[in-house]
Amino acid sequence: MELVDLSMLELSRKLTAREASSVEAVRASLARIGKLDARVKAFLRVDEEGALAAAAASDARRKSGAARGPLDGVPVALKDLFCTEGLATTAGSRILEGFVPPYDATAVRRLRQGGLPLLGKTNMDEFAMGSSTENSGYFASRNPWDLSRSPGGSSGGSAAAVSARMAFGALGTDTGGSIRQPAALTGTVGLKPTYGRVSRYGVVAFASSLDQVGPFARTVSDVAALLGILAGHDPCDATSSTHAVPDYLGTVEEGVKGLRLGMPREYFELQGLDGEVRAAVEAAARAFEKLGASLVPLSLPHTKYALATYYLVAPAEASSNLARYDGVRYGLRVPARGLREMYAGTRDRGFGAEVKRRILLGTYALSAGYYDAYYLKAQKVRTLIKQDFEAAWRQVDAVVSPTSPTPAFRIGEKVDDPLAMYANDVFTLPCNLAGLPGMSLPCGFTRSGLPIGLQILGKHFDEATVLRVGRAFERAHDFVRAPPLGEA
Amino acid sequence: MKLSREQVRHVAALAHLGLTEEEEARVQEQLSAILEAMEMLRELDTADVEPTSHAVSEVAGWREDDVRPSLLSEESLGNAPARVGTSFAVPRILE
Repeated sequence: MELVDLSMLELSRKLTAREASSVEAVRASLARIGKLDARVKAFLRVDEEGALAAAAASDARRKSGAARGPLDGVPVALKDLFCTEGLATTAGSRILEGFVPPYDATAVRRLRQGGLPLLGKTNMDEFAMGSSTENSGYFASRNPWDLSRSPGGSSGGSAAAVSARMAFGALGTDTGGSIRQPAALTGTVGLKPTYGRVSRYGVVAFASSLDQVGPFARTVSDVAALLGILAGHDPCDATSSTHAVPDYLGTVEEGVKGLRLGMPREYFELQGLDGEVRAAVEAAARAFEKLGASLVPLSLPHTKYALATYYLVAPAEASSNLARYDGVRYGLRVPARGLREMYAGTRDRGFGAEVKRRILLGTYALSAGYYDAYYLKAQKVRTLIKQDFEAAWRQVDAVVSPTSPTPAFRIGEKVDDPLAMYANDVFTLPCNLAGLPGMSLPCGFTRSGLPIGLQILGKHFDEATVLRVGRAFERAHDFVRAPPLGEA
Repeated sequence: MKLSREQVRHVAALAHLGLTEEEEARVQEQLSAILEAMEMLRELDTADVEPTSHAVSEVAGWREDDVRPSLLSEESLGNAPARVGTSFAVPRILE
C-alpha cells in the first residue's frame, strides 16, 4: 500500500510510530498531484514550498515529542473560498484573480495550529454557486471515477483531490449541498456541520444564513477527527456557536443499536430519482436494520418547496454579499471615467454567467414591490420546512436518504439549463434551510462503476450521532475504493 | 411571471451590472423560467407563519469593548487596484 492510500488516522499512526514522516507524506501527495492533476484538474494552486515547510516543522515536533494532536503532519487541501495569508484566494472567480489575503480564515488557522500541512487551493464553482465546478472562472474539474463526468460542486476540486488520493483530506463549504453532493459523486465522505458549528471568519461569503464550513476525507473517522479541530466558538464570527464541542472520535464507534432512523417518503418517491441510487440507499437502510437500528417511515411534507425556497433565499443573500466586488478595494478593476461605469464594467467582466444570474434573481426578489411576494414568502416557507424536521425529531434520531438523485453527470450535460442543474440539490437543500448537520458517505456503485452517496441528517449540534451512524455503516460495508485512474 | 426587458434593465442597474444586449435577452428568458418555477410557493397559505431568517438562533454574546490589533493600513491597501497615499483611489465623482 502506498502512503497516499492511507486514511488520515492511519497516516497519523505511522507518523506517531515514526514509520513515515510528514515530509514523506507531503512529497507523496505532491507527486500524486504532479502525476494526475493535469487530467483531474482539482487544484487551482499548489503550495509546494509552504506544505513542505509545515511538514518539516511537524516532523521536528514529533521528534521532540511535542505533536499538536492526532492529525499533526497530515496534509490536506483547501477549497479556494478560504482566505490564506500570503497565498492567492480567488473563490473560483476572475473578479478576485490575484487577490492575496492579509489574514487566514479561522478554519485555516485551526488547521495550521493542529500542524496540518496545507497542499494548496482547490477548484470550485465561482463563489460556490453551482453543482458541477463548471462555473469556475478558470476550468472545470473532472471526476476521478470517469474523467468525462463532473465531480459535482461547488466544492468539486476538494472532493476530486481526496477521491484521487492527491490529498488525505480537504475543507469545503456547503450552502445547499456543496460538500455532500460532490462527496456522493466522487465516493468520498463529506460533512456539513450544524449552522454555527464552525467559524466562517475569512471564508468568502455566499449566502450568510446558510453557509457552513466542513471536512472531506475518505473515512468517517477522519471526518470526525477533522471536525474536532474545526468546531468551536470564534469571537470573530458572531454566528459561531458557544455550544460545547464533544469528543467526536470518542463516540464514533458506538454503533446504531437502538437508534431510530427516519426514511422520508418524499425523498424516496421523487420523480427523477435514479433507480440504482434508490436501490443502493434502500439496501443501506436494510443494513442499518441488521445492525440493530429501527427504520421509521416519515413524511417531510414541505420537501417539494425547498428548491424554490432556497433559490430565492440564497440568491437574495448573495446579491447583497457580492455588492462588495466593485473594483475599489481589491480584485479586478475595469477603469472608466465615472464611478458607476467602473462598478458596472468591473462586475460585468469579472463575474461569470451563473453568478450574474443569481445576483439578478436575488436583487429582483429583494426589490421594491416584490420583496413580500418572493423573499418574505420564501422565508415563511423556510419556517414550514424547519418545522417538518422538528416534528421528525420527535420520532427519530437521524434521517437517511440519497444524497443526490443521480450519480455523476457528464460535463456539459446541464450547464446551459439552470433549473436542471438546481435539481441536483433537491435532497441536500432542506438541511441547509433548517440549519441541520448532514453527511454523505459512499454506499455503493452503479453498474457502470460510479459511486453512490448515502445522506445522514441529524438534529442541531448532534454531529456525533450522524458520525456514529455513518461509521456503523462503513464498518459493515466498506465502499472506500481508489478510482480507476491508472498509473499513466 | 414573465419579466420584461425593461425590468431586466432596471434590476441590472440596481445590481450595478452592465449587461450586453445578448446577455439581456438570455437573462430575460432564464429568469422568467426560474421565477415561474418559484410560483409554486403561492399554493401554500403562510398568512400566520413567522419568517425564518436564521435556522439556528443563538443570541450573540457580549464581549469586552477593548482595543485589539487590527490590520495595518499597508496590509489593507495591499490589494488596492489604485491608491493615493493611505486611501483607495476611485474616479472623480465631483467636478
